[in-house]
Amino acid sequence: MFAFTKEDDKQIEKILNKYPKEQKRSALLPLLTLVQRREKHVSPDAMREIGRRLDLSPAYVQSVCSFYTMYSATPVGKYLILFCINISCQLNGCDELLAHTARKLNIEIGGTTEDMKFTLHREECLAACSGAPMMRINDTFYENLTSDKIDQILGSLD
Amino acid sequence: MTQILYHNINKKDLHTLEVYEKEGGYQSLKKAFAKEPEEIVEMVKASGLRGRGGAGFPTGLKWSFLAKDVFPRYLCCNADESEPGTCKDRELLLKNPHLLIEGMILCSYACRIETAYNYLRGEFYDLCEITETALEEAYAKGYLGKNILGSGFNLDIHTHLGAGAYICGEESALLNSLEGGRGEPRMKPPFPAVQGLYAKPTVVNNVETLCVLPYIVNNGAEKHAAIGTEKSKGTKLVSVSGHVKKPGNYEVVLGTPVREIIYDMAGGIRDDNELKAYIPGGSSVPMVPADLVDTPYDYESLQAIGTMLGSGALIVMDHTVNMVETSLRLTSFYMHESCGKCTPCREGTRWMWQILQQIQTGKGEAAYIEKLVDICDNISFKCFCPLGDAAVAPVLSSIQNFRADYDELIEKLTANTAV
Repeated sequence: MFAFTKEDDKQIEKILNKYPKEQKRSALLPLLTLVQRREKHVSPDAMREIGRRLDLSPAYVQSVCSFYTMYSATPVGKYLILFCINISCQLNGCDELLAHTARKLNIEIGGTTEDMKFTLHREECLAACSGAPMMRINDTFYENLTSDKIDQILGSLD
Repeated sequence: MTQILYHNINKKDLHTLEVYEKEGGYQSLKKAFAKEPEEIVEMVKASGLRGRGGAGFPTGLKWSFLAKDVFPRYLCCNADESEPGTCKDRELLLKNPHLLIEGMILCSYACRIETAYNYLRGEFYDLCEITETALEEAYAKGYLGKNILGSGFNLDIHTHLGAGAYICGEESALLNSLEGGRGEPRMKPPFPAVQGLYAKPTVVNNVETLCVLPYIVNNGAEKHAAIGTEKSKGTKLVSVSGHVKKPGNYEVVLGTPVREIIYDMAGGIRDDNELKAYIPGGSSVPMVPADLVDTPYDYESLQAIGTMLGSGALIVMDHTVNMVETSLRLTSFYMHESCGKCTPCREGTRWMWQILQQIQTGKGEAAYIEKLVDICDNISFKCFCPLGDAAVAPVLSSIQNFRADYDELIEKLTANTAV
């Protein structure tokens, strides 16, 4: 069963204060983000609870949740690796580096390691094109990647 | 070299209020508050500033479309930077968050707005934290909140994170997203200036556009209008990426030849290879062959050669690139990012991808190219928002300029079949 913590309640109040009182639907993405960041996914239970807080039907919450790629239905690993494959990165050899990363982690692209430590996804442009090829791991951008650099970064994460 | 935004971008700790103020930050506010809001609108009109997000619409004119006497009004800063090749707003937000806040205050004052949102793409979580720290500093110093600097003007600025959707960079989709909906574009009219956020008059401006405002208020409209060409005023942050020796964001006076940007600023082509093509304004604008490298980088000159300045993302490709592969990669992007609302875009991008995939893997036939062009024709100008038009730009322009790349892959098949 999903439940918000007391700490969350404070956070939710802060979020709701950003928007006009009659427009609390605006808090939907921030609340989904809050859940995704902590639980590593958004469960149907969590969607129901968010809907209850914001007077939205579970179906509505799900329709919005499913629109955005940053919310996942199943848990992602402790470290979510988003590997940019768009044009500037492609021109700078990202395809080989992505394959290298998948081999290194011994998972398919889109998969998660058995210990739930790493999830590896292809990602569209992340606005770091002058540092191509690049990837984002959780909130950190890593630019000008080489296979050695990737090995070093992956090795440095607990 | 004239620089409006980048003259001090690498100054240590510029992101802190202390350093930003030492650099002359927030001094435009008193100058603005001494004038009537409408005077600031006129000033921005006279400055010739055009939207730096992609459309290039005159900023002051956009503001003047706000529905008269309808309040509250809103400002939404578009920090959803997602156009492939574009990374300028990220650098501004990372290194100079107070410049954006100052710009947002000026815009809000000019348009009589008391609530503003900064919509950042979800992947900019780090920048959202930097922005929030800067906002706290600005509130503490009295640059935000009630009765700012004794002017009687009130303003609150809030951050709002998206969650991964390219389409939310389109202003009406951004507003739907900010209202807690799916990021699908709205029918226009009504335009956001009449019915935007919560159906109230709303200004949506790009990060870079807002960041130019302090310069205009501090130095006057004429000073800004004196930079650039007759119709393209000021400077533009150009994100140079791809096959150049020194990729990066460069502040360029509008009208500077593309050659100068690629070869002087960005150091030329890697391994001194030959330039094959460049995309001047992000993946949504047509690509241009190398022989047009002397085109001045400004709105009109780029339009004259059949492309656009767009977001200012200059993607450079050398002679090793096969344009079918480029088209396929970009089509895959648009297929992924199509919101699904309009059939031509939703279905068309998939068909395009399937055909390009066939050609790329050596299974294409000569008739496929005609088919591709036909599909593109059925997407162009038939959708709610420009995503469909954007999707056809790389494909059509690559067929037009680099037909040989397609033929080569198709002929290989014909040759193999003959054997």
